[in-house]
Amino acid sequence: MKILVAVKRVVDHAVRVRVRPDGSGVETENVRMSMNPFDKHAVEAAVQLGEAGHASEIVVVSIGPKQSNDVILTALAMGAHRGILIEADGRVETLAVAKLLRAVVAEEKPDLVLLGKQAVDDDSNQVGQMLAGLLSWPQATFASEIRVVGDGLEVTREVDYGRATIGVSLPAIVTADLRLNTPRNAALPMVMKARSKPLAVRPAAAFGIDLTPRLKLEKVSPPAERVAGHRVADAAELTAAVQSELSELEAL
Amino acid sequence: MAVLVLAEHDLGTLSAATARIVAAAETLGPVDLLVAGQGVSSVAAEAAKLAGVEKVLVADSAALASLSPEAVAALLARLAEPYTHIVAAAAATGRDAIPRLAAKLDLMPVTDVVAIHGPTRFDRPIYAGNAIETVSSGQNKHLLTIRASAFRPAVTGNDAPIHPVEAGVAAVARFLAAHRTESDLPELSTAQIVVAGGVSFGSAEKFALVSELAKVLGAAVGATRAAVDAGYAPNDWQVGQTGKIIAPDLYIAIGISGALQHLAGIQGAKKIIAINKDPEAPLMKIADIALVGDLFEVVPQLIAGLKR
Ligand SMILES: Cc1cc2nc3c(=O)[nH]c(=O)nc-3n(C[C@H](O)[C@H](O)[C@H](O)COP(=O)(O)OP(=O)(O)OC[C@H]3O[C@@H](n4cnc5c(N)ncnc54)[C@H](O)[C@@H]3O)c2cc1C
Ligand SMILES: Cc1cc2nc3c(=O)[nH]c(=O)nc-3n(C[C@H](O)[C@H](O)[C@H](O)COP(=O)(O)OP(=O)(O)OC[C@H]3O[C@@H](n4cnc5c(N)ncnc54)[C@H](O)[C@@H]3O)c2cc1C
Repeated sequence: MKILVAVKRVVDHAVRVRVRPDGSGVETENVRMSMNPFDKHAVEAAVQLGEAGHASEIVVVSIGPKQSNDVILTALAMGAHRGILIEADGRVETLAVAKLLRAVVAEEKPDLVLLGKQAVDDDSNQVGQMLAGLLSWPQATFASEIRVVGDGLEVTREVDYGRATIGVSLPAIVTADLRLNTPRNAALPMVMKARSKPLAVRPAAAFGIDLTPRLKLEKVSPPAERVAGHRVADAAELTAAVQSELSELEAL
Repeated sequence: MAVLVLAEHDLGTLSAATARIVAAAETLGPVDLLVAGQGVSSVAAEAAKLAGVEKVLVADSAALASLSPEAVAALLARLAEPYTHIVAAAAATGRDAIPRLAAKLDLMPVTDVVAIHGPTRFDRPIYAGNAIETVSSGQNKHLLTIRASAFRPAVTGNDAPIHPVEAGVAAVARFLAAHRTESDLPELSTAQIVVAGGVSFGSAEKFALVSELAKVLGAAVGATRAAVDAGYAPNDWQVGQTGKIIAPDLYIAIGISGALQHLAGIQGAKKIIAINKDPEAPLMKIADIALVGDLFEVVPQLIAGLKR
């Protein structure tokens, strides 16, 4: 099968972001950026399907500024074959991202589109489901296991009560959760090789899709700060503290 | 203004989250509550009791048995017309179906709403809760998922009429198996007290100390991703950015460092108690009550003390 993987460049998950004093957003100047962690699991899943003989071609696509090149190169170094960068500056909402991805699907005709379950910057958890809706394809979100069975997939999903396994026919959308696999760190030769793999760059405007945001971002504010409380010395004092909390709760 | 709320339910019971979503949605307009599934009459009866519900719509069909996003989104799309707002809990069903529905209706949804400022303005956390964005929408319909833990529940005592509606949808994916975590402890997302443990417990056997303390307190159990990854706790116990978001009155964190992805899940906690051998652990610095010590000594003493 042919697999398309969508990867997003985000503020590195280890960075504690700061809200800009004017409330216009978070500070993204001079902070470390990297591939959305969930997308690494999506790329890894695609590469593993390739290694198991199930995928003939893996194409990665990213929508974002020029620098999103970096995350495509990371995916190519992990083993993807070809990259597409759709250049867009500024805010591209999830609905527009999904519409751009639909256009790529129409051109590339993949059997499977793998995405992350959410991007750790906006935490939207929307794009995969939206793309599935636009294409009227089945969706298997929050995947922790993917198995090829016959000409379809069996996907185990992380849900509120534990896990659930579903069977989907292809073409389908699958979004990756963190326990799907352990993404590889590409070895240096692979990183070098990635630079010679094909990478097409196309302006978002060329797709003829209305990218105007639907939502107005009014402001971004910092969350309420928590202040340190007090320390207790030992288990006996802790027991007393817990008991007093319990009686306070009972009083309510 | 008219609001359609999708009820969350499992194993024939209405989830505690639904009462909270109804209370939040009621501030937007009169609420119709949709119960979709198979054999859901007992759920519908519970739903009818929630204050603020005008009527309960019941779509009962085998195609809705597993609440697949394809079927739920198709059903919602068919019912959407008269409503200004379509609302679900930011839990498995809503997360899966609302964005799919949004794309079908060519709308931008707002997910994980934690505050409602009128019918078109909402707050939602971004960057693992390290920032809150306020967005407004000029669209003619608003599709929302709401974090139940950020709102108080609606009271009961209502007797709303129950109307059956045609399901008219087909299931797409085949549901193969449910792997349920068996537990007699309260449901994590809406529990009043939560006891959580980290990877420092070192084994599933030792992690049972967390459950033991939870039992004494009538609390739910939570875990860090590291503890789940290590196999000490099931995935549905994970608390954090990519696990459950909780807002208990009391959160007791044992041997948990307090990585920002974990803290994202407990920002709504009223009181935090932390036990950690490292006084510099981030969680120790924001805890209301903190004890520096070895969990293997402290927790058994705490359990014994509370039993007395
Ligand atoms: C009101 C508002 C204001 C915003 N303001 C800004 C702003 O000022 N600056 C800014 O940079 N962004 C801004 N954004 C965010 C931008 O619109 C997001 O990129 C978009 O909403 C996608 O959200 P997400 O990445 O959280 O999607 P999710 O649904 O969480 O992403 C899920 C998956 O979809 C795929 N995916 C998502 N985005 C892409 C992509 N671009 N390319 C390839 N694959 C992708 C990935 O596989 C990802 O794991 C704003 C968004 C909103 C709603
Ligand atoms: C994209 C992404 C998403 C993530 N999502 C989540 C999420 O949803 N939830 C989540 O929890 N994490 C999440 N994580 C992981 C997170 O970054 C941390 O790795 C994790 O929370 C750490 O778990 P921990 O506190 O159990 O382990 P550690 O960070 O290793 O901390 C263990 C703590 O135990 C203490 N300790 C050790 N021994 C003892 C003892 N005998 N007595 C007392 N204290 C002791 C140590 O001092 C230390 O503070 C995510 C990470 C990424 C990259």
